[in-house]
Amino acid sequence: MSPLALSFWVALNATVLATVVGLPLAWLLARKSIPGRDVLAVLVLLPMVLPPTVLGYGLLLVLGQGGVVGGWAESLGLGRIVFSRTGAIIAAFVASAPFMIRAAQAGFEQVDPAYEEAARTLGRGEIAIWLTVTLPLAWRAVLAGLALTFARAVGEFGATVMVAGSIPGRTRTASLAIYDHVQAGRMDEAGMLALVLTGAAGLALLVLTRVGRGPGW
Amino acid sequence: MSLDVSLRATLPDFRLDLAFETSATGITALFGPSGAGKSLTLRHLAGLERAEAGHVRLGSRTLFDASAGLFTRPRDRRIGLVFQEYALFPHLDVRANVAFGLHDRPRDARYRRVDELLSLMDLEGYGGRNPRSLSGGERQRVAIARALAPEPELLLLDEPFAALDFRVRGDLRRALGEIQRHTSVPMILVTHALDDVRALADTLVLMDQGRVVTTGPTVSVLEDPPSADAAALVGSALRAT
Repeated sequence: MSPLALSFWVALNATVLATVVGLPLAWLLARKSIPGRDVLAVLVLLPMVLPPTVLGYGLLLVLGQGGVVGGWAESLGLGRIVFSRTGAIIAAFVASAPFMIRAAQAGFEQVDPAYEEAARTLGRGEIAIWLTVTLPLAWRAVLAGLALTFARAVGEFGATVMVAGSIPGRTRTASLAIYDHVQAGRMDEAGMLALVLTGAAGLALLVLTRVGRGPGW
Repeated sequence: MSLDVSLRATLPDFRLDLAFETSATGITALFGPSGAGKSLTLRHLAGLERAEAGHVRLGSRTLFDASAGLFTRPRDRRIGLVFQEYALFPHLDVRANVAFGLHDRPRDARYRRVDELLSLMDLEGYGGRNPRSLSGGERQRVAIARALAPEPELLLLDEPFAALDFRVRGDLRRALGEIQRHTSVPMILVTHALDDVRALADTLVLMDQGRVVTTGPTVSVLEDPPSADAAALVGSALRAT
């Protein structure tokens, strides 16, 4: 895969993962007073503020052959995670998921609990309420989270290079390729990739701005 | 159908400790000054709160019994609730709001029921409207239609007239009385306005500071309060109107 195609493929997978894991977590943080809530909130947001190399180092410990997840995956015959595309996806997921969780949590907190309570008294179950009331009322925030998560995943560099390396065609995403091109003095190639990434990020922000300006519920 | 309620709940700055029993036919008013715990009691009846001690029995069904560890979830209580600010779903039109509690019925039956309610509530032609484009009185009618749709055994109304202009209050009071007679669904309404009680309530539950002061037929409680506490509350309510 070309670096650009790889970037988008990794970011797409990371965003889907961040959505599936992040939305329920965001809802939990917004609505439920669970024990250890503050600790959970800190853990969830930590990847946002940690140096990417620290994140990468931590992921290597967990995903490596001696790590909990890495050892388990190999014993199941799933192969090595580090220096693989899966590793790149996991690195991008961990680095970008906090953006989804933060945005969606803020969105869920904006939804008046009376709507969910009304739905309960009308005989609906919790999952149905989440899908038909909470999520539709928070869609702007969730969409913003999606865009930010995807943009962050496309731009992931530090954790990815530590966990997945920069193997051409396998784990060398566009942001890694730019670095390699610059190192090798191929400024034109680096410039092309930089231009495409900048354009894509700008487009995402434009869409976000437009959506944010629409009528709220 | 009888309603037998006993609740004890401690909040950071409030204590609910009450018991009352009513035949729950016609309209029962929970009446008292603000801070009496009326709306909180309503939330307990709907199952949106869980008390530390007590019970809630509606007819032959026990919905809550703390000593037996029994608690029926709101979705299984068959009790409708009209919220003070109505809580109409802003992302759904009037028709979808009314149909919300009819999800387990076949489509034809659902449509028929929604049409029936829109006509009962004088809302024909409003089906496609967004709730935010409606007046306060219209919103209230949609909220009542939505709560009545799944045919609840009991309808709770939290300060149904508080958010409304005084000019439409009278009309809506009359309308609510007619709906009750037409559907014969027992209603419990929370109010701090004596006018609402006089115009609508068959039974009065007089509340103050988290307690029930007295329960009885509206006329007799208002005209002949059974205790000094009750007399003081009725007296101050009379002076306020």
